[in-house]
Amino acid sequence: MNKAETTNVKVTKESKNSIRVEFDRTPLLDRIRAKYFTMYFVKRVAWYLFRFLLLLGISYIILFPFISKISSSFMSPEDFVDVTVSLIPRHPTLDTYEAIIVENAYLKALLNTFILAVSCAILQTFVCCLIAYGFAKFKFKGNNLLFALVLFTMIVPHSTLKLSLLMEFRNFDILGIFNFLGGGVIDGIQILENTYIKLTNTYWPLWILSATGLAFKNGLYIYMLRQFFKGVPDELEESAYVDGSGVFRTFVQIILPLSIPMLITVFMFAFSWQWTDNFYTDLFYTTSGPTLMTDIVAIPKTLDTSFAGGSMYSTAITNTCGMLIIAPLILIYVFAQKYIIQGIERSGITG
Amino acid sequence: MNFPAATKGKGKKLRGPVKEHHRIVSLDKKKARAGWIFVLPFILGFLLIYIPVIWQSISFSFSEINYIQGGGYITEFVGLDNYKNALFTDASYVTTLTSGLEQMILEIPAIIFFSLFVAILLNQKMVGRAAFRAIFFIPVILSTGLIAEIDAGNTLSDQMGSAGSIDTGSENAAAEIVSSVDIQSLFSNMLIGSELATTVTGFVNNIFDIVNRSGVQMLIFLAGLQGISPAIYESCQMEGASAWETFWKITLPMISPMILVNFVYTIIDSFTAQSNKVMQYIDSVYSQAGSSGQVISSAMSWMYFIVVIAIVAIVGLIASRMVFYQRKD
Repeated sequence: MNKAETTNVKVTKESKNSIRVEFDRTPLLDRIRAKYFTMYFVKRVAWYLFRFLLLLGISYIILFPFISKISSSFMSPEDFVDVTVSLIPRHPTLDTYEAIIVENAYLKALLNTFILAVSCAILQTFVCCLIAYGFAKFKFKGNNLLFALVLFTMIVPHSTLKLSLLMEFRNFDILGIFNFLGGGVIDGIQILENTYIKLTNTYWPLWILSATGLAFKNGLYIYMLRQFFKGVPDELEESAYVDGSGVFRTFVQIILPLSIPMLITVFMFAFSWQWTDNFYTDLFYTTSGPTLMTDIVAIPKTLDTSFAGGSMYSTAITNTCGMLIIAPLILIYVFAQKYIIQGIERSGITG
Repeated sequence: MNFPAATKGKGKKLRGPVKEHHRIVSLDKKKARAGWIFVLPFILGFLLIYIPVIWQSISFSFSEINYIQGGGYITEFVGLDNYKNALFTDASYVTTLTSGLEQMILEIPAIIFFSLFVAILLNQKMVGRAAFRAIFFIPVILSTGLIAEIDAGNTLSDQMGSAGSIDTGSENAAAEIVSSVDIQSLFSNMLIGSELATTVTGFVNNIFDIVNRSGVQMLIFLAGLQGISPAIYESCQMEGASAWETFWKITLPMISPMILVNFVYTIIDSFTAQSNKVMQYIDSVYSQAGSSGQVISSAMSWMYFIVVIAIVAIVGLIASRMVFYQRKD
């Protein structure tokens, strides 16, 4: 009350429920000065600007290649000779796209790769989910040792195993069983025609690797999912057990629905890394195998690259192939990126 | 003590053979069994596919391979010959290896610093954060495998404009963002060696490469930063700590487990990457004419693997002493 009297505050009752307070405000100019002309404010604005520009710059670095590739994909041969053309084509044409789609069997590759990538991604997501849940929530002997083995599979580069992976699936045989059935031991009785099964040029090698959690970067998925499941409170499962639900039912009906954003994240990673994979596809599929995305990276015969700017033109063609390959991925990314970032954030990876 | 269950069991035993042979299993044991079932796919795969493959790869590196017509092959044990070939006969394996490792040692801290920095920026509240995040994670999804291969053979944009070298990250003298010569002349009077200047300018010119390779690391750091309780930051602010102090005293220790994870991940990722020069060299040996290249390449990659494992172990040992683990309970 004393303070109010000294600063000339007038309180009048306006109506039953409201009062009006009148007091001498500090002049506007002073207030602005106090708020905006301080070191603190200047520093903050400078930092905001710097941060924004920096992020903008890095975004430019990331996006520029895509922009330049897309723009060059619409260029006709004349534009490559013309020095003044840099990003906007003067004679825009769709010839490059047409030639690649028609001559390199793009649609066929699209369908085949789609089947392969979707099936592998679903398998990998499900299997990694199972394995990770086992590691995260159950204590059994050898749990830590087995998890160390998962990390080991992540550490050994698959290119080290190139030759033996190829041999394994070219002459596929589990523990010599087929060899045994094939008459390796008993003379004259040959059950199978071959003593091994040739799995190259089929989808089986990748399916087998996916189903056992050994495919590309599956160790990372298992790790991510394990961290996520560790963050799920145990009480949730315990209450389900008390209510009479079994371990597997709890997993399917309670844990899986809970972890959908995380599953979408893992699915996206698995799908897009399988989609653009060239290590396994080069290894397991020869030219006589299914047409996959790796096969369409070539210069179509109808496009003539033998002129002065030809080398640039041929690079533009291969880039266009690349753009066509990732076009479906870009579409999916636009819709799924929200889930990816959410999923990663919720995983709360903690060492 | 008179346990009802115990007396019941005893009674049954006395009455003779039991119809339902029901062993009582403790919950822990039941859960352990369920755990094994969940992990079963991996165990099967590891035993039936992975171990044979690893074993075969190791044995290939110790033997000579001859293909027979019809799809089979014969191996012959030759001892350490492949390793000797790789180390002493092959002219450029050792130099490629040392230069590759050198490059790795310089690049990995750069990737870690960059991704930590960007993750901290992207974790702050600002206009267009969602858009920036979406853009920064594009390389994770799109710049792998095939696209990386296409980019590696890409010279187009180098000739297309001044900002060209950004496109591929390649070092084209005409289009470098900063020229190392300028920087060198700047530093020539100081005690900093010209080598450092070249390294730094190399980073700036290869920023595209570094940005491209730090996507997953950024995600991991971002997840770690989200995990730090805002209450800690609030209390720091109340006590009057500056942002700089808060970073060193709170953010860095709390994020240190993630730094370890990222170090290990980056080492593994960069030495299995296709842009890795050693891997490229080993690949080129693999596709050499004749089957001897294949076995020598597997000897080479096993040696490379051992070196990298040693690096991972050293980094892990050093880092795990500095890592701070918060006790959650």
